[in-house]
Amino acid sequence: MDRVPIVKVGKFLLATIQTDVQDSVALVLQEDLAARIIATRSRLVLLDISSLQIVDSFIGRMIADISGIARLLDAEVIVVGMQPAVAMTLVELGLTLSGVRTALNVESALAMAGISDHNS
Amino acid sequence: MTAPERLTVPLRSQEDVVVLRQRVREQAVVLNFSLLDQTKIVTAASELGRNAMTYAGGGDAIIEPFQNGGRVGLALTVIDHGPGIPNIESAMRPGFSTGGGLGLGLSGTRRLVDEFDLRSQVGEGTIVRVVRWK
Repeated sequence: MDRVPIVKVGKFLLATIQTDVQDSVALVLQEDLAARIIATRSRLVLLDISSLQIVDSFIGRMIADISGIARLLDAEVIVVGMQPAVAMTLVELGLTLSGVRTALNVESALAMAGISDHNS
Repeated sequence: MTAPERLTVPLRSQEDVVVLRQRVREQAVVLNFSLLDQTKIVTAASELGRNAMTYAGGGDAIIEPFQNGGRVGLALTVIDHGPGIPNIESAMRPGFSTGGGLGLGLSGTRRLVDEFDLRSQVGEGTIVRVVRWK
């Protein structure tokens, strides 16, 4: 089965959802990320969804859950690169993902987390 | 792929929901939908396709592009032969769920489309038809 790749970059983890994924792949990502947060003692996870053309209620809930799970594991998730049409559709669907931190790109996510390119 | 095409997508597994999203996207592109309209109808298709998998164990989706006269639109009908919805009013309420989800599927889907028609018979199944006009 396909898995969403998670790579450790300096002090943080980067998970990039590259294509339209089926539900089970999203659920495996939740488990994988929790395990990697513990294994690498990372306190920051960037979840790059810039390639995702839609986020429906299931994937939206998955994103919120991942964020909540990470927080309990003393890590923070920043969702990176949501497409404007995806954001507009999500809000209309009724999901505002309040409590989930977002950034337009990796660079601003790192700035938000206080990590510059030089000391990462 | 140049002409709009009516097609049926069988929903038998989670992967078929991914296929449904792709097919709906393709037809929306053929009809020259804006990116936002594409995103809305594909998201609606995803919600309805997943509902059929979750609650009925599968079903069939019919994608119908319209391009007659001045009106251009995309209709999607999802049919299942599952247990049906005993109380449609509750099922349409935001936050109502019997499937462990957020309960946004049906109420949210209705907001993403221009026409929404849900028929259900307990013990027989459910038919949901949505249309997004360009």
